[in-house]
Amino acid sequence: MDILIGGFLLGGTYALMALGLQLQYGVARIMNLANGEMLVAGAFGAFWFYSGFQMRPFLAIVLIVPLAFVVNWAIYHYLLTPLVRRAKSRGQLEVDGILATFGMSFILVGLMLAVFGGEYFSYSYLERAVFVLEQPYGLNRIAAFCASLVFCIALVVWLSHTRSGLALRAVAVNPTAAGLVAIKVARTSAIAFAIGGAVTASGGALLSMFLTFDASIGVIFTLKALIIVILGGVGEIRGTVAAAFLLGLAETAVASLVDPGLTLAAAYLLFIVVLLVRPRGLFGSRS
Amino acid sequence: MSAINRGKFILVALAFGTAALLPFFDTGYWLSLGVSLAMYAVLATSWTLFSGPTHYISLATAAFFGTGMYVVGGGVDLLPYPALVLIAALTGAVLATLVGLTTMRISGVYFVIFTLGLAELIRQVVTWVQTTFTSSSGLYVLTDITESMIYWELMSLLALVYLAGWMINHSRLGLALRVIGNDETVAAHIGINTAKAKVMLFIISGTVASVCGALLAPRWVYVEPTIAFSPMISFQVVIMALLGGVHRLWGPLCGVIPFTLLWEVIAAQFPNQTTLLLGASFLLIVYFIPNGIAGLLENFPKQLQSKNGG
Repeated sequence: MDILIGGFLLGGTYALMALGLQLQYGVARIMNLANGEMLVAGAFGAFWFYSGFQMRPFLAIVLIVPLAFVVNWAIYHYLLTPLVRRAKSRGQLEVDGILATFGMSFILVGLMLAVFGGEYFSYSYLERAVFVLEQPYGLNRIAAFCASLVFCIALVVWLSHTRSGLALRAVAVNPTAAGLVAIKVARTSAIAFAIGGAVTASGGALLSMFLTFDASIGVIFTLKALIIVILGGVGEIRGTVAAAFLLGLAETAVASLVDPGLTLAAAYLLFIVVLLVRPRGLFGSRS
Repeated sequence: MSAINRGKFILVALAFGTAALLPFFDTGYWLSLGVSLAMYAVLATSWTLFSGPTHYISLATAAFFGTGMYVVGGGVDLLPYPALVLIAALTGAVLATLVGLTTMRISGVYFVIFTLGLAELIRQVVTWVQTTFTSSSGLYVLTDITESMIYWELMSLLALVYLAGWMINHSRLGLALRVIGNDETVAAHIGINTAKAKVMLFIISGTVASVCGALLAPRWVYVEPTIAFSPMISFQVVIMALLGGVHRLWGPLCGVIPFTLLWEVIAAQFPNQTTLLLGASFLLIVYFIPNGIAGLLENFPKQLQSKNGG
């Protein structure tokens, strides 16, 4: 029961960061290997606002999200658009995108190391115990979970019930056809990439409330987000959320039953099993 | 073998012979630089054997390299050194087979993701095993192997890699890989067993990286998970191969030499900004020299001709 609730709480934040990557990969077709660094940047942002200005993380997110949106939009517009234009096929764009974002991830790590240094960071906010079924849980964990749930629902509603969300989904299904029905594909992709980055950064800000982080931890989160996206199936929003909870559960189980140092091994095991059994993801269509 | 090929072969052999004389002239700084060059030449060339023709970007060099190193570190008191190198080769081959078989049936993206975390995964497992079953987190590799010997071992390995690469390029397997790289669907339709071809090449590439790690373990003396499985190794190998060019067997060498020298300078001058500068140079290469130095060298005569000929 302890594991179930703990895993559920962790899965909520994972869902948020994976949805960010899902938007970037599913719509903008960029397999963003710098996704985890964007998350860590969000975490550093929240830390900086909290320790420098005593600003509550929830308030800081209001500032971090638009900032991350602008930064990611600029990254897509200035750095990735040339690759999109150069690419002759989707496969080549994938390769170029992977290489470019891989380089960017190192630049981001380098920048964060230069600004904040190589130590571990954490801050204490809402560090009170809340009892759920007679088991104590940090209030910060629960608050972060609720916030990410609100974000996730808002995102899903926006994608499935608005006109701009529909445009995004159309580009995800077929960029050429979307262009034929007067959707501005380049602009929509840029927006999707920017929103994806902003969502990921907000996930980082929420994670920073209860997790210790350092400048070079991003790659672990990139991996987790990638694994979740593939588990859930590319382009499957509900699958992503379900896979995030699955990963949260698996990690919490391994961390509390075997060893906390083996969480990535747990994620990998899950990844391999799903790859072998259902190569298109748990909820992926068999087309 | 045609006359041109024989001439090339003799030239390459001469170059190797000359390079192998290095330890007779200097056993200090230049030899240590030579070992680094030989190490990255082995890693980058073996990386290109697989990733060049198929466009499957492997980020797992550190995983194989570290595994080889750990095989030597774990068994150095139990078995003779040559046996350990052999075991390292086998371990690397088995690891590559497992990774290849699970990921390469599907799409290239899954492969990239898998290799991205492979080094970290093995590092976690090794650390866990060490802290659970032993007391220390590192291993000492104390042997009487000198740096000159390591240099010659690496040069022999490099010669083997070149020979293997040449043979693969002139075999059915090499042709199959080039078709896969151009269009995997076409490759499958004309009857190429794409999964088998890819996995075979990945095994060769992974085995070489493991042996390379095993050969270098005596030089490092102290082996620790964070150093042996450092993602920087994978990253530098990819960057050097791309800088040199992945379409020719001799391409990576054109990237290894300038980049290793440049890196010597960067690491000495800006020790705190290495990550940042590495990322920046990576982006520059991806955006401005997508075909590498080898591509530039090959296109240069053509450009000259078109300018002169109008």
